[in-house]
Amino acid sequence: MIELRLYLAQRISAAIMAPLVLVHLGVMIYAIQGGVSADEILARTRGSLLWGGFYGLFVIAVAVHAAIGLRNILSEWLHLRGLLLSGLCWFIGFALLAAGLRAVAAVVGS
Amino acid sequence: MPMPNSDHIKVKVWRGDAGGGSFAEFEVPQQPAQTVLDVVTWIQRHADSTLSYRFACRVGMCGSCAMMVNGIPRWTCRTHVNKVVQDNRLTVEPLRNLPVIKDLACDMSEFFDKWKRAEGQFSGTNTRAQAVAAISPAEPARRAANAAIECINCAICYAACDVVSWNPGYLGPAALNRAWSLQNDSRDRRHGERLRAISADGGCLSCHSQQGCASYCPNELNPTASIAGLKKMAASAFFRSR
Ligand code: SF4
Ligand code: SF4
Ligand code: FES
Repeated sequence: MIELRLYLAQRISAAIMAPLVLVHLGVMIYAIQGGVSADEILARTRGSLLWGGFYGLFVIAVAVHAAIGLRNILSEWLHLRGLLLSGLCWFIGFALLAAGLRAVAAVVGS
Repeated sequence: MPMPNSDHIKVKVWRGDAGGGSFAEFEVPQQPAQTVLDVVTWIQRHADSTLSYRFACRVGMCGSCAMMVNGIPRWTCRTHVNKVVQDNRLTVEPLRNLPVIKDLACDMSEFFDKWKRAEGQFSGTNTRAQAVAAISPAEPARRAANAAIECINCAICYAACDVVSWNPGYLGPAALNRAWSLQNDSRDRRHGERLRAISADGGCLSCHSQQGCASYCPNELNPTASIAGLKKMAASAFFRSR
């Protein structure tokens, strides 16, 4: 059953990331039209629940998606199995989550 | 200047066993409409009678004659030499992804064990005493089963699959394709057990959907599509059980 859960989690996280990436790119392209500085961007994102939620969700989806994808690669190419495999993937997932959330906090926090 | 032996094909044949081996070279006279199996048979009859290989029907029915021909898995009895020969050369090896017994004959046990693991056997709901089940050829499930059913168990798809080579526990395209045809057979009563078997570790979810299997299947089946069907089936069963 774990295989099926991982498979579905990876597909669902991909389905979450896809529209978020498009919105991210769209907003970036729109926002820089008239030229915009880092300070101006931060002024808009700081304290914004919307952008915090948007990028927070993206970071969670990335952590789930990448950890499961790397799990498949590690098992197929390096033949890792069992605890070592799961341990490594939890570690990768949490590391991505921590790094990502830190970046989100820097953009949204004051 | 006459070309030396241009009416002959230079054939490299892998000789050896599970412990290892190497190529032996033969010159085989060219014949019209000659198949790769004819070439291998000529070698065994006229050049080296100790060469081991496998075939039975010679007409593409039994699935026993598959080998790697110039690096590609093929049914040798239905593969004409002139379609595959390169610079008058052929290289013939045992099927990839299976242990060799001797020369060109592979041990197919794991291939068929995986059919069992994938619940590849039919388990009927009816007894002999009951009437034959009426199944319309137009039913979508019957059409899906039909598309997958003409498998001759040749293991060509299995030899073509990279996931099998990375993960020896992977059930592989043929066993999963078989499971798909049974999942679409309304007379079978083990759909639940089979779905569990094929969604476990090494089952349909390991497939990368790159269609190596489908490009080489001599019967033009598409195990990738069957496996995609199984993935969908497993996912919807999961959400239904919530
Ligand atoms: S599509 Fe799936 S079963 Fe077919 S060769 Fe690729 S990984 Fe193997
Ligand atoms: S699916 Fe095609 S290639 Fe695979 S075993 Fe069956 S007939 Fe052979
Ligand atoms: S010998 Fe039977 S399929 Fe080739």
